[in-house]
Amino acid sequence: MNEALIQQLEFLPDYLSRHLLLTVTALVIGIGISLPLAILVTRVRVLQGPVLIVASAIQTIPSLALLALMVPLLREIGFLPAAIALILYSMLPVIRNTVTGIDEVDPNLIEAGRGLGMTPNQLLIRVQLPLAMPVIIAGIRTATVWVVGITTLSTPVGATSLGNYIFSGLQTQNYTAVLVGCIAAASLALILDGLIRVMEIAASRRSRMLLGLASFAMLALLAIGLSPLLLSATTDDNRPTVIVGAKTFTEQYILAQLITGRLQDAGFRTQTMESLGSTVAFDALVAGQIDCYVDYSGTIWANYMKREDNPGTRPVYDGVRTWLREEHGIEHTVRLGFENTYTLAMRRDRADALGIHTIDDLFEHAPRFKLGGDYEFFSRPEWRELTSRYGLKFQALMTMDSTLMYSAVATNEVDVITAFSTDGRIPAFELLLLDDTRGAFPPYDALLMIGPKAAENMSEIRRVLEPLRDVINDEVMRSANRHVDVDGGSIKAAAEILRRLGHD
Amino acid sequence: MITLEGISKSYDGGTTHAVIDVELTVEAGSLLVLLGESGCGKTTTLKMVNRLVELSTGRITVAGHDIRDVAPVELRRKIGYVFQGIGLFPHLTVAENIGIVPRLLGWSARKTELQIHELLERMGLSRAVYAGRYPHELSGGQQQRVGVARALVARPDVLLMDEPFGALDPITRDELQEQLKALQKSLGLTIVMVTHDMTEALLLADRIAVMKEGRILGYGTPGALMSEPPHEYIRSLMEMPRKQAKRVEQIAGGAP
Repeated sequence: MNEALIQQLEFLPDYLSRHLLLTVTALVIGIGISLPLAILVTRVRVLQGPVLIVASAIQTIPSLALLALMVPLLREIGFLPAAIALILYSMLPVIRNTVTGIDEVDPNLIEAGRGLGMTPNQLLIRVQLPLAMPVIIAGIRTATVWVVGITTLSTPVGATSLGNYIFSGLQTQNYTAVLVGCIAAASLALILDGLIRVMEIAASRRSRMLLGLASFAMLALLAIGLSPLLLSATTDDNRPTVIVGAKTFTEQYILAQLITGRLQDAGFRTQTMESLGSTVAFDALVAGQIDCYVDYSGTIWANYMKREDNPGTRPVYDGVRTWLREEHGIEHTVRLGFENTYTLAMRRDRADALGIHTIDDLFEHAPRFKLGGDYEFFSRPEWRELTSRYGLKFQALMTMDSTLMYSAVATNEVDVITAFSTDGRIPAFELLLLDDTRGAFPPYDALLMIGPKAAENMSEIRRVLEPLRDVINDEVMRSANRHVDVDGGSIKAAAEILRRLGHD
Repeated sequence: MITLEGISKSYDGGTTHAVIDVELTVEAGSLLVLLGESGCGKTTTLKMVNRLVELSTGRITVAGHDIRDVAPVELRRKIGYVFQGIGLFPHLTVAENIGIVPRLLGWSARKTELQIHELLERMGLSRAVYAGRYPHELSGGQQQRVGVARALVARPDVLLMDEPFGALDPITRDELQEQLKALQKSLGLTIVMVTHDMTEALLLADRIAVMKEGRILGYGTPGALMSEPPHEYIRSLMEMPRKQAKRVEQIAGGAP
């Protein structure tokens, strides 16, 4: 086995057990709601249309969006919003198949049952449900496979799952991690599906032995799968645990690793909640569900404070600190020293040939240029500022994954991209960052924020993290990012590059 | 004894009627046939007796009790019901199908088993061979024998039959008709049977009620209806078996 694989498999017990717990909880509750609801619907016909329409409508919401929507609705991240979204998602196949199964029971059998003097409930239990069972089980199997798959999407809302492999792997271009996550999720889906199928066959053949075996296998799978969680829950280690958050890009994974490393050295137990959606992380910090994470002054300024002006680095930093303190009681922020700003970048050789050094210089070329941007850029206030301050009109705007932007500009598929200034691929692909002479982009100082509860209850955290203040400059952060994104190094090794700095 | 006292059924609040003003008495231990074309209201009339269809007006009594004073479920467990669709439960064995009403009634396993065996024997089905089989392993005739056994297992005094042999081949039908007649005698059953088959009606009935468009057109013993049909429609109905027999004879006689 190669080292990269061994490294990934270390996470498997934790990811798999949390994935399994989420999946099984959602399925058990989902089926527990859907079955009675479906039976009710076959009795009270007027409900059938509305119930099926609502269940279908839920299904049409893209699963990632449904999961993400649960966070503002519940004002919480982690297990609960993920479980509720998955429960909703599991319902349609179970409801639809149960209704169909019961409806398709031969009317002669219903007449026979009534004629023999069965009550509606007896008819249901002795005739309709047994005969509809194969169709109902088929619905449950569909729901199982769906939910196992969609559980991988609960990572961005703060519920650890096999999706952690996939999200962080895709972001850091670690395809070993992506594969491990996909294979583990697919295997889990197939095994659960197969076991349910065997139980169904056993029940229809009335084979107690087969049913016993299948039930035993199912219980064994759950017991083994969930044991890492149970073991960690019963540990007698009662040191406080610090939960460190990270958003979904390489720099965030590296910084989280750096922070947890320092905390562990100081004797804290730590847990990382990574690949969080952008606003999810801030909401989680405010709610005390994570204890600290790194965000950027411009993001807080523009996205959370909804400010569209740009008064300059110092006023933005001061404004952000005041707002954090007054609105959310976040008193402790450590400015790490580097800035990861949004900016525009293009190939250095082309820029030189065309004489472009600043965004201003783009003006006459823009109508022939394609601009590549990440998912959020074109809906962010910076884009409006950029167009209004510089009067830029591009030939085309193309939205793409941020990991793909850099190679797209390097291969001339687009001419200009929105870049993050600390990205390691900027030096690697020989890109030039264009100067923002008119101040369209607010400053993006990296700020390590400590949540109010953590700061109060675990004041030691402040002392441990304070030495990170002003020790990481743009150049160093860029080389740590480059280590992962370009050279294929591990997050741990990249964090090590930064850690050595703090001790210089 | 069953009495139907001026019963009517309307599905649209009285504008049109499926059954109008039916007045009948079925003596205990006798077999009444409701005869007529499809849509004449005979099945509706039958189903009102065990409240599978609720009557609109009038009154029905079974053994002296108004059926509206008995919960439908209780009523049906005391009245056997056999219909053309048979309706054996495919996920249950023959024995389990027959035992379903005793289970609903909470009989002991022993009592249920004895009764199942007795009825299988009465219907000419060896219990060793058939008790453990599933319905799909039986012929149509065997299935309806099980259907009759299931209807009789709780020892009802009254049996309602809706074209019970309509889907069977003639030889099987003949056998089952014989068996039914014998059963009725030995168990003293009061039977109401719906059929559109004249021959079946003449062979089995103590009394026949001929229905047309929801009303009773004529009522009497097979003999009386044949000798003095009260209506032209009934005359043509009654002549049918004879006409057919004559034609059959001609064909047979013409052969060498």
